[in-house]
Amino acid sequence: MRKLDARGLSCPQPVILAKRAMEQFRDEGVEVWVDTGVARDNVERLARMRGFTVSVRTDGNAFILSVKPEE
Amino acid sequence: MKYLRNPLVLSGMVIGAIAIALQRLGNPPNMGICVACMIRDISGALGLHRATTVQYIRPEIIGLVLGSTLSAAANREFHARGGSAPLVRFFLGFFAMVGALVFLGCPWRAILRLAGGDANAIIGLAGLAFGIWVGVGFLKAGYTLGRSHWNEQGSGLVMPLLMVVLLLLALFTPQMGIADGARTGPVFVSLKGPGSQHAPLVASLVGGLIVGVLAQRTRFCTVGALRDLMLIRDFHLFSGIVAFFSTALFLNLVLGQFRWGFAGQPIAHSSHLWNFAGMALAGLAFTLAGGCPGRQLIMSGEGDADAGVFVLGMLVGAGFSHNMSMAASPAGPGAFSQVGVLVGLAFCLALGYCMRRTDLGVN
Repeated sequence: MRKLDARGLSCPQPVILAKRAMEQFRDEGVEVWVDTGVARDNVERLARMRGFTVSVRTDGNAFILSVKPEE
Repeated sequence: MKYLRNPLVLSGMVIGAIAIALQRLGNPPNMGICVACMIRDISGALGLHRATTVQYIRPEIIGLVLGSTLSAAANREFHARGGSAPLVRFFLGFFAMVGALVFLGCPWRAILRLAGGDANAIIGLAGLAFGIWVGVGFLKAGYTLGRSHWNEQGSGLVMPLLMVVLLLLALFTPQMGIADGARTGPVFVSLKGPGSQHAPLVASLVGGLIVGVLAQRTRFCTVGALRDLMLIRDFHLFSGIVAFFSTALFLNLVLGQFRWGFAGQPIAHSSHLWNFAGMALAGLAFTLAGGCPGRQLIMSGEGDADAGVFVLGMLVGAGFSHNMSMAASPAGPGAFSQVGVLVGLAFCLALGYCMRRTDLGVN
């Protein structure tokens, strides 16, 4: 799974980068790292809108969203 | 009815109702809440400009930031962070204010003006949308101000503490200046004009606190609403501003405050070109900074020092806008409004073009 580090980026850059990554690596899935609740919610909403499954875990200051194609 | 279960829609309705209530309690017409106007009034109260009709420490702004801080702390979302091109953000705030004061209002007030029947707001909102559209183009091309980093939590308390100091100044209005041998402001308080029209301090503060909590929880953002529509066809944030507008419009109609037209609207002018251009500048600056002025206040309360710097840029920008005749008045654009808008647009366009990176994607 590819990793996208969007920590520390202002709105809406995490969403733009995540959208691009989801389109590029649709079959592989992407692990998106963000560090604010806003970015976490926005990326999660985008991924679900696009038909991906999302699971979220935390690692220190970071939220890690595993975005995978629906089974 | 399913829309009523959407927290953003509910919050938009409450924020709209609070705005109209604050107008009924004494705030100027179509200015129940206006982040730009209110920061401009604070700038004047502190003596950063000498436009005597717009000087008052607006407790709504204090409430917005402190409400956000309390809400963020309660929900474990208060995180001190910063360091993403702060000086650039200062000038984005500065020029956003220059643009907003040519139109005479922030995006929130543009919506409230439309809800009160002020047709000039359509031109302003069109300009805002255009500015956001240009900003979205830069974002798609890789525009970024770089990453912010987490700091010690204490550093995130600077903006909330500044608001506490402002509240003390509002409460005691000390006369800290001397002119002709006599004590005078700052703190200045307008005796006539919009600055003299205000709801009771407690009502303004409580109203601001409630809006601060709701906006922090729901991420209510007027610029983000249009931006997300253009960028990813996402109506999520847009639903909040539709609710905000609809509620204000409904209450204005019920209270008999709705008056449609271009001419004679309160604290507004009908110079279409500069209403459009002013808000285009504001929309572009807000987009390049990551959110509308209300959102910047909320983020500054959550510990985001970059948003705090943007807010301080707005505060200083308001001072310069009035001191250098860049701010408009109901009579029309100021003597140097055009210059201010064009310099601001040049700054933002150059920034959008230069601050591009392509190495931030997947690795």
